[in-house]
Amino acid sequence: MTSKYAVEFTVNEKRYGDMVEPRMSLADFLRDRLGLTGTHLGCEQGVCGSCTVLFNGETVRSCLLLAVQANGGSILTVEGLAAKANAGEPLHPIQQGFIETVGFQCGFCTPGFLMTAYELLNENSSPSEDEIRERLSGNLCRCTGYQNIVAAVLWAAERLRAQANR
Amino acid sequence: MKPAPFEYVAPRTVEEASAALRQNNPEGKILAGGQSLLPLLNLRLMKPKFLVDLNGISDLDAIRETPGALSIGAMTRQSKVEHSSLVRERCPVLAEAIRHIGHIAIRHRGTIGGSLVHADPAAELPAVALALDAKFELTAKGIGRIVPAEEFFIDYMTTALASDEILLQIVFPVIRPSSGYALEEIARRHGDFAIAGVVAIVDLDHGGKVAEARIALFGVAPTPVRARGAERALLGRKPDDEAFRDAAALLDDVLDPPEDIRGSQSYRKHVAAILTLRALKRAVQVCASRMS
Repeated sequence: MTSKYAVEFTVNEKRYGDMVEPRMSLADFLRDRLGLTGTHLGCEQGVCGSCTVLFNGETVRSCLLLAVQANGGSILTVEGLAAKANAGEPLHPIQQGFIETVGFQCGFCTPGFLMTAYELLNENSSPSEDEIRERLSGNLCRCTGYQNIVAAVLWAAERLRAQANR
Repeated sequence: MKPAPFEYVAPRTVEEASAALRQNNPEGKILAGGQSLLPLLNLRLMKPKFLVDLNGISDLDAIRETPGALSIGAMTRQSKVEHSSLVRERCPVLAEAIRHIGHIAIRHRGTIGGSLVHADPAAELPAVALALDAKFELTAKGIGRIVPAEEFFIDYMTTALASDEILLQIVFPVIRPSSGYALEEIARRHGDFAIAGVVAIVDLDHGGKVAEARIALFGVAPTPVRARGAERALLGRKPDDEAFRDAAALLDDVLDPPEDIRGSQSYRKHVAAILTLRALKRAVQVCASRMS
């Protein structure tokens, strides 16, 4: 039995503390301890991007970050995305975009795509299709519905620009 | 939980990290950005008993300019190096190389030192370090030593770093304003491991002839390799396609490519020559545009 370590961090604006074995990934912590099962685990080796979350404002693979390493940090998961929408809107434009363009089929990869696209749109609200494709290249969709995923990001970018001009 | 159990410590100083490694030598393993190590742990290809996490040591996260060089702390994130204006200005080939590493979420965590010590033969950074004649500053038991890139990469995923040693920083000589540079690689998708790749740095003299050429290849041998013969063949030549073709024909004695699902040996040798040609051509174009 290995030692346990105290961790405390913020997830979607709420503070959580617990004791963890050092080998527990942030992804397992989010899913198994906090019940935030929106973060999906595909490959657990950093390839598929399904488990992407924002850690201290930057996208990371939560399967490649130990929970103990997240100590003191701030995490945003897909469950916290809607709260980032403008007042009165139930979903963030990137979420709405996936609905409008049917940017998912089975939906397994969607949370990872949403977080990756959310970061891109925060940096650049007018990304080109090439820029979107390069950024999304770290997320795999095995239904291979990439066309509509790119369309979803373009849709969201347009909505965000319209909101900014209002 | 996928990894085998291990104990963990997150020291705040290099001295504490060094002591922890020494106490647990050789069972201890350094955790840098974790983007290569954690997949190995999750797959249980590695089962270290003890991890020494360097992420809390802020001294190792810095980009400093020294005369003629940039010193980059081993724990500096790849994305920070990629976007550093100092790096883009003084050592732009480094920023260009990092764009090819994995994907943005990987580069947010991945560190420059971690990638160099992992020494995957298909990785970009070891080849850039070799092309630039970078120097590696290591420490163990309070004693430092400096290892040139040429002696750092020993074999497949094997470096000169001892099991109780820590890489502190890497000193990259800057690219002279008169030099051109280029990195060319072939991968199935952007961010995938390269099947083969080349880093070329070229300097022209006042008459427009090649004054210096440096060519480092990756993905084509157990370590990154310098193509010394090709470099020499270019000296004093007019930088045209004929000279580049002659140089690219001299790669054979340094190439020892793997054969795997992504490409056969002969395919890798073939693309290494073509990529060398392309990299030299583009380096010379960059050279001309930087001088004009």
